Amino acid sequence: MSQALIQLPWLPEAPEDFTKQCREFGSTEGPAGAMLQFLAGHRMSLAQAGSLSRAIAKRRRAGADFAPLAEFSLSVLTSSTIDILIDYIPAAAARHGVVTRLIVTPYDQVVQQALDPMSEVNAAKADAVLLVVDHRWLQIDRPRLGDGADQVSGAIRRLDDVVKALRQNGGGPAIIQTIAVPPTALFGSFERRVSGSVRSMVEEINRLIVDLADRTQSYILDAAALAERVGTDLWFDPVQWAAYKLPFSSEVAPAYADLVGRLLGAIRGKARKCLVMDLDNTLWGGVVGDDGLEGIKIGQGSVVGEAHLGVQQMALDLRERGVILAVSSKNDDDVARRPFQEHPDMALKEQHISVFQANWLDKASNLEAIARSLNIGIDALVLLDDNPAERAQLRAALPAIAVPELPNEPSLFVSYLLAAGYFETIGFTAEDRLRAGSYKADAERAAVMATTRDLGDYLQSLGMTMRATPFDLQGRKRIAQLIGKTNQFNLTTRRHSEAEVARFEADPDAFTLQVRLEDKFGDLGMIGVVICTADKYNDRSDWHIDTWLMSCRVLGRKVEEAMLGEIARGAMAKGVKRLVGIYIPTVKNGMVADHYQKLGFRMAAETDGHPTFVLELGDYTRPSIPIEIIGSDALSIGPIAPLMGASPEPADRA
Amino acid sequence: MTRDEIKWKIGELLADFLEEDKIELADDTVADDVDGWDSITHMKLVLAVEEFYGIRFESDEIAAPENVGALADLIANKCAEK
Repeated sequence: MSQALIQLPWLPEAPEDFTKQCREFGSTEGPAGAMLQFLAGHRMSLAQAGSLSRAIAKRRRAGADFAPLAEFSLSVLTSSTIDILIDYIPAAAARHGVVTRLIVTPYDQVVQQALDPMSEVNAAKADAVLLVVDHRWLQIDRPRLGDGADQVSGAIRRLDDVVKALRQNGGGPAIIQTIAVPPTALFGSFERRVSGSVRSMVEEINRLIVDLADRTQSYILDAAALAERVGTDLWFDPVQWAAYKLPFSSEVAPAYADLVGRLLGAIRGKARKCLVMDLDNTLWGGVVGDDGLEGIKIGQGSVVGEAHLGVQQMALDLRERGVILAVSSKNDDDVARRPFQEHPDMALKEQHISVFQANWLDKASNLEAIARSLNIGIDALVLLDDNPAERAQLRAALPAIAVPELPNEPSLFVSYLLAAGYFETIGFTAEDRLRAGSYKADAERAAVMATTRDLGDYLQSLGMTMRATPFDLQGRKRIAQLIGKTNQFNLTTRRHSEAEVARFEADPDAFTLQVRLEDKFGDLGMIGVVICTADKYNDRSDWHIDTWLMSCRVLGRKVEEAMLGEIARGAMAKGVKRLVGIYIPTVKNGMVADHYQKLGFRMAAETDGHPTFVLELGDYTRPSIPIEIIGSDALSIGPIAPLMGASPEPADRA
Repeated sequence: MTRDEIKWKIGELLADFLEEDKIELADDTVADDVDGWDSITHMKLVLAVEEFYGIRFESDEIAAPENVGALADLIANKCAEK
């Protein structure tokens, strides 16, 4: 793990009022599972984690129902200070599907607690006992140049005694952690060649710990691997050991607790089972609906292509391990499948994908359909999606699924997903290897039950602002580019050249809009283009919509309604009575066949054989839209703007 | 940040750890004055302060401040040093 990964960046940051939300959660009644999943899914500070862990304990004592999370009682025996872990572990375990009751025993009495049948730990009879011991407790913290082997045998015997006594006396099965090698090589590069050096003893102990776990059916928490990944210079903190007897740096505690949480989740069968993948800019660079098979980037030839190929190869490796693969993408089904069928650089093929959802319905419904079709819980899914707004929406709509935050850089997708540890396991059998294959080999489509989800709050929370201004010199190139390459959300697919765009810009009988959108995640740039022309033969009381196109990235956000609002505003300012829209069908724009009808236009007689739609502006009222509009005259207009009657739009700006 | 802001943050962290709604702190407040402010809570407070301000106390600095005022001063100095 790099320095960045140690901070669990795949988890969204906790909101400002997180502690308040935890306290409220601790005091409410009713089913507690969904809210707990939502809260636990965040990255937390020490204080925040403590608030959540205490709230969990409070609700547990009140007998709350935490379904679908499973209960787990965990005793902790330690030779060091673990008060911080006590705050982090329950929060982290909840993230992995487990509600934990922690039983903490008196400090530094590991052997006594295990051996005494009447001790707290043995009386507690927990589901497992976590042994937080290190090289110091094992007495291999100083080199033993004469008797390294004896020291190691003594250490493993001590551990063996503790583990067996816990089983015998009722304490419970042990979770034994591997030992990190302290970064103090007395012999430099010769360290490994001296059998009594600290490194040699620790590495030998770790081998014996695996052996011990096998013999006694105990669990292993690979703390040594975590220490390696964050770097032992960071893991071992001499100041914090001296001051508080902390076993490892407080900075590592959240990652350590997450590791424990994953293990408890795996023990309870709560590890995730299915990886659902978005397609555009996740499995390949680019948007297949717009860029086509030739335009998307996979594999050789580009850095981006290699990065996305890496994601596909990771998915295949996971599948070998028994994880089921699924696809959920906003695309036409046939368009989405073509790369799997025809692109030579794709590592993933249709046969690797158990359920393949490519449609224009909302993703949450699609994910529910995937879970239903595979007959697994919704809490068994992980969604890999490059779009932060989509991720936030899914977390709000379905708190049970795991949606890791991803960086903009696709080369890091693999490390983030694997670091998140959703697929932890406590065993690996032949059955696991075959599992993915046994779930459908032919990329089935699952029937989606469209649910009306109230997205109001979510859309409002995006904090969207839209800037809709007439064509100008600065925007010309980009406008022409969008006109040239947008295939799917394009009503007429009229490929105006840049020169023609310039002509529309200057034409007093044309109304043009270049539409930009920003939300709290960033600037989405220009996402829409509109060209209307005044019908000179009808006394200019009709506007024909020559061009209306939009980026598919902003579907489902009411941008269409907002754009119509701007067109209507411009039209009414000029006394126009009707808007006339025409739909020219192509192979790629089936998704907008009902665009005008959805906006309240009525069907009219066909024009040149193409469906035509009319909107009487006298009958139009702009609905409430969760987007703030910033107009060309720099007037800021809020979500509910009365549009009937005169508007302040200068009359001659077309 | 100002010294008052630091004292406010200390109070907020203590309130979180001790599950209180608000904890008023004066410059001369000591741990004994606040219910529950024991050595474990003090450790958590120091760690949380380090985390929040991105600073690190040295071993002799951890137990040194004799009251809230001295702690706030120490934090302010360490932030300025950064």
